[in-house]
Amino acid sequence: MSPIVRMIAGRLALGVLTLVLVSLVIFMAVELLPGDIAQEILGQSATPETVAAFRAELGLDQSPPIRYLNWLGGVLTGDLGNSLATGRDISSMIFDRFGRTLFLAGYAAAISVPLAVTLGILAALYRNSIFDRIVNVATLSSISFPEYFVAYILILFLSVKASIFPSIADFGRDPTFAEMLYRTFLPALTLVLVVTAHMMRMTRASIINLMAQPYIEMARLKGAGPMRVILRHALPNALAPIINVIALNMAYLITGVVIVEVVFVYPGLGQLMVDSVAKRDITVVQGCCLVFAGVYILLNLLADVLSIATNPQLLHRK
Amino acid sequence: MNTLKLLRSAPPTAKFGMILIAIYAVIAILTPWIAPHGQAEIVGLEFEPWGGEFILGTDNLGRDMLSRMFYGIRNSVSIALATTILSFALGTVLGLMAATLGGWIDQLMSRLVDVLMAIPAILFALLLLTITGTGIPQMIAIIAVIEATRVFRLTRATAMNVAVMDFVEAARLRGEGTFWVIRREILPNITSPLIAEFGLRFCFVFLAISALSFLGLGIQPPTADLGAMVRDNAALITFGELVPLLPAAAIALLTVAVNFVVDWMLHRASGLKS
Repeated sequence: MSPIVRMIAGRLALGVLTLVLVSLVIFMAVELLPGDIAQEILGQSATPETVAAFRAELGLDQSPPIRYLNWLGGVLTGDLGNSLATGRDISSMIFDRFGRTLFLAGYAAAISVPLAVTLGILAALYRNSIFDRIVNVATLSSISFPEYFVAYILILFLSVKASIFPSIADFGRDPTFAEMLYRTFLPALTLVLVVTAHMMRMTRASIINLMAQPYIEMARLKGAGPMRVILRHALPNALAPIINVIALNMAYLITGVVIVEVVFVYPGLGQLMVDSVAKRDITVVQGCCLVFAGVYILLNLLADVLSIATNPQLLHRK
Repeated sequence: MNTLKLLRSAPPTAKFGMILIAIYAVIAILTPWIAPHGQAEIVGLEFEPWGGEFILGTDNLGRDMLSRMFYGIRNSVSIALATTILSFALGTVLGLMAATLGGWIDQLMSRLVDVLMAIPAILFALLLLTITGTGIPQMIAIIAVIEATRVFRLTRATAMNVAVMDFVEAARLRGEGTFWVIRREILPNITSPLIAEFGLRFCFVFLAISALSFLGLGIQPPTADLGAMVRDNAALITFGELVPLLPAAAIALLTVAVNFVVDWMLHRASGLKS
């Protein structure tokens, strides 16, 4: 087996283990915290018999390990159980919404990743210039802005004052792809503004770090232009940290989407989760949490594998 | 005298940050005396315009916006500060224990933290809030525990680097106890990264709490909170009004200020080392 295949297999196994442990934490959280779900839902006036019957219906009368295994078995076969509040099948509730959330996150990623890397390289190239300073202050500020602040500013200017884009990201029936892109432009732009800054800062920092290396000086001394030095000599070696920070921000996109979806009334997974928290619909929240955590772990895994693939040195680390 | 010189040498962004933090602190402390009205007091009609009797107008229930802003800053900042302090108390103590005791205690705590950190923070908070129900004490506890995992990581990593130094070895050989070694040898050497981390964590906590309140799952009405105020007045945005942006701007301004100061501190720390 080539070392890279072995590495990927090892990482995958670790990822699966993490996912199982995370599912355990998500499941256990309900067990560890005080309070009886059945009693909470039925209210204080419920008779002990109704509470007992409801507990049996939810399967709460079985011991926790058995319930965990049942739940995990269900999750593996794509059955997340039924909603406590509405009794509907959770998997079917989540499926469509998850697709829409991925669409929004993917849309934002498609704009922000090339933008961030380009701006980062430019900032590294014109280091300590006015451009670099402005970029630095702008990124520090945008990291500090809550998502809804950015979202409402965009709504105020692009939707209310200028009426270019709709402030509610609602698809209606059978939208075309172009229409979908148009209707979700503001939420996507919000996410772009929130994540680009961080990715750009890291791109700039990792390239500047490399610029102090002797081989870069050598490239410069033999007469390579600044653009060539950065793109051909520095960038390939800076890829690993850049990939890592991009994956981290993609994971952030997946979670940052929660608030953006609420602001723009976008029918995605985040909105479902927030509504379910308010209704204390624990089974739905568990399902959403597991899906989000799965994506998060997968992205981190992908970043690990990609950054090792771009930097063979990492393969032979002890 | 030295501190004065140090402060004067700060870059303009850091000075700006420190002045802003001071203003927020003054507002947070003096609110009950400087706010014209109470935080839950209905004093006029709904959505009255700016100027006149109410400098920033009134909100969706006819409460004075300016007073709500002051109380909002006071409530949000103090709750965020309490949460950050709690998470640091938890995270540093456990992190120092893991770094100095090592062995299975370290392994157990580190792996547990690894698993907890594999769940995105805001989602984990939402999960736990579903179980506990909304409320200020629950929210403080939940966010403190989640942030404590991050503090634990940093404390453990920095303390590990110090724990292998010769002077720590010497102290151990002298026969000093673990607690003494932590307090007198390790802690003084990791305070500067921890202080910078405190600033960053405060920003995260502040943003997380206001995000939860914005979603209607954090600080509950009628207690004024900056995040919840954005939500309450969000309808005004469609009329081209700036009012809902004010509380959001207040949140952003404080986090920007703290970030500027932390950035300067980190820059200084890294500059001194190299």
